[in-house]
Amino acid sequence: MNTRVNLAGVILKNPVMTASGTFGSGEEYAEFVDLNRLGAVVTKGVANIPWPGNRTPRIAEVYGGMLNAIGLQNPGVDVFTSRDIPFLKQYDTKIIVNVCGKTTEDYLAVVERLADEPVDMVEINISCPNVKEGGIAFGQDPKAVEAITREVKRYARQPVIMKLSPNVTDITVMAKAAEAGGADVLSLINTLTAMKIDINRRTFAIANRTGGLSGPAVKPVAVRMVYQAANAVKIPIIGMGGIADADDAIEFILAGATAVSVGTANFYNPFATVEVVEGIEAYMNKHKIEDINELIGCVK
Amino acid sequence: MGKSGSSGREMVTARVVSQEALTEDIYSMWLLSDKIAASVRPGQFISVYTGDKSRLLPRPISICEIDRAGGRLRIVYRVVGAGTNEFSAYRAGDAVTVLGPLGNGFVQKNKKALLVGGGIGIPPMLEQAKQLDCEKQIILGYRDVLYLNREFEPYGTVHIATEDGSAGTRGNVIDVIRKKGLTADVIYACGPTPMLRALKEFAAGAGIECWLSLEERMACGIGACLACVCQTREIDEHSHVYNKRICKDGPVFLAQEVEL
Repeated sequence: MNTRVNLAGVILKNPVMTASGTFGSGEEYAEFVDLNRLGAVVTKGVANIPWPGNRTPRIAEVYGGMLNAIGLQNPGVDVFTSRDIPFLKQYDTKIIVNVCGKTTEDYLAVVERLADEPVDMVEINISCPNVKEGGIAFGQDPKAVEAITREVKRYARQPVIMKLSPNVTDITVMAKAAEAGGADVLSLINTLTAMKIDINRRTFAIANRTGGLSGPAVKPVAVRMVYQAANAVKIPIIGMGGIADADDAIEFILAGATAVSVGTANFYNPFATVEVVEGIEAYMNKHKIEDINELIGCVK
Repeated sequence: MGKSGSSGREMVTARVVSQEALTEDIYSMWLLSDKIAASVRPGQFISVYTGDKSRLLPRPISICEIDRAGGRLRIVYRVVGAGTNEFSAYRAGDAVTVLGPLGNGFVQKNKKALLVGGGIGIPPMLEQAKQLDCEKQIILGYRDVLYLNREFEPYGTVHIATEDGSAGTRGNVIDVIRKKGLTADVIYACGPTPMLRALKEFAAGAGIECWLSLEERMACGIGACLACVCQTREIDEHSHVYNKRICKDGPVFLAQEVEL
């Protein structure tokens, strides 16, 4: 049985990765799952300098999902390269670093800093709904998407994944813009901008007022967007949004995703990633699938 | 049964041993879990999962009592929403998924102590009171209806404050401490933030070592999601900003480390 997939020349042992921001840099989860079992670990977004993040409360639970507005708290790229990359290097898994920034220069500074690090790919977060500047400001305008992709590609030594926002009218426009800018891979979806009001305190449930909706509640939206994007571009797609088990993951692969990320499920089931790996193998056995690549985008 | 983390944290199916209502909305539940009971310390907490899949996140609930020999632990919690409401309907023999023990727990100094609990911050002080082997003054603050106060009596001198004056001293725990001139060499406390803030100030003024157990909404409970941060006085060596994770670096902090 072959579970290996190819993302822009990077061969993953299986298509299962972690969604940025839901797995730290793997350290907190290494006591629950064997990181060697994962196709890749995608780290929490890192900026050129430490970011403190938003005020609390930063999360709220909603039906079948949760809202978060962490605000991309991160220790900065210097700490990240000296502490988190060496930690991940102990494992036989690919390392994908998610990069955030407020300005184009911020993104480029991080990408440049990572050029000589043992990092397999970089993922550019142009879709965080929870920081005022940067993030989503880049991700909702196709011209800006294309321009930042092109800039990042000039500096990046590793293949570049552009992480797209679902908070747009037409995902195919953004997917094509990133492809035109030279993106090697797309990942989607980031969270959906949402709001919850606490009726007893009569105020917003989270301090940032709005937050990103994630979890099983968003999965049908994500599957639709992955399907649309996969049929609009030639580059591979990493699908995510509410994946909690292997059935969910396979749905994304059938829709056109070459790889999948487990996100919010890590928060309520720290064993979720490896359960998805094992469940995909069981599905392939049951359905006598020799090569997982046969499944990618086979629902047309 | 269960799945283990390598550093002693377990995700287990625990059995409910018993459940009783202590007040209109505060419940006490004993759970059977040999593994968690074997290593849990006062001030730590467990993540309790609801049976309803539409409510994804576990509820972090502090440990009220530990019965190591019997492999049992007790949680005392307030019904604040649908998740805790579901817990309150559990009966002996029911299965509940639990992850723990989580967090750092209280230190235990062998010196004259004030133990202070306010509202739903009272339960974790009970096991700490049981385990501390020293002179103890126990101050419990309530809005009106008392609970657990009798259970503290074997372990120290109990002082009560109620906001409406229906029992003990009218006012808050600080009013009791000042009125009775209580003093100690160390303070351990859990309760609402205004109470902790006042205790921090009191302890700083009196030069008393002070340990505070904080609370914040959590997603993962294991230090990954960065939802439950508190502000710190110094740059934290893990986050590299003025933030610590309550679930993993806490929930118990030295008062002068945190900004409340």
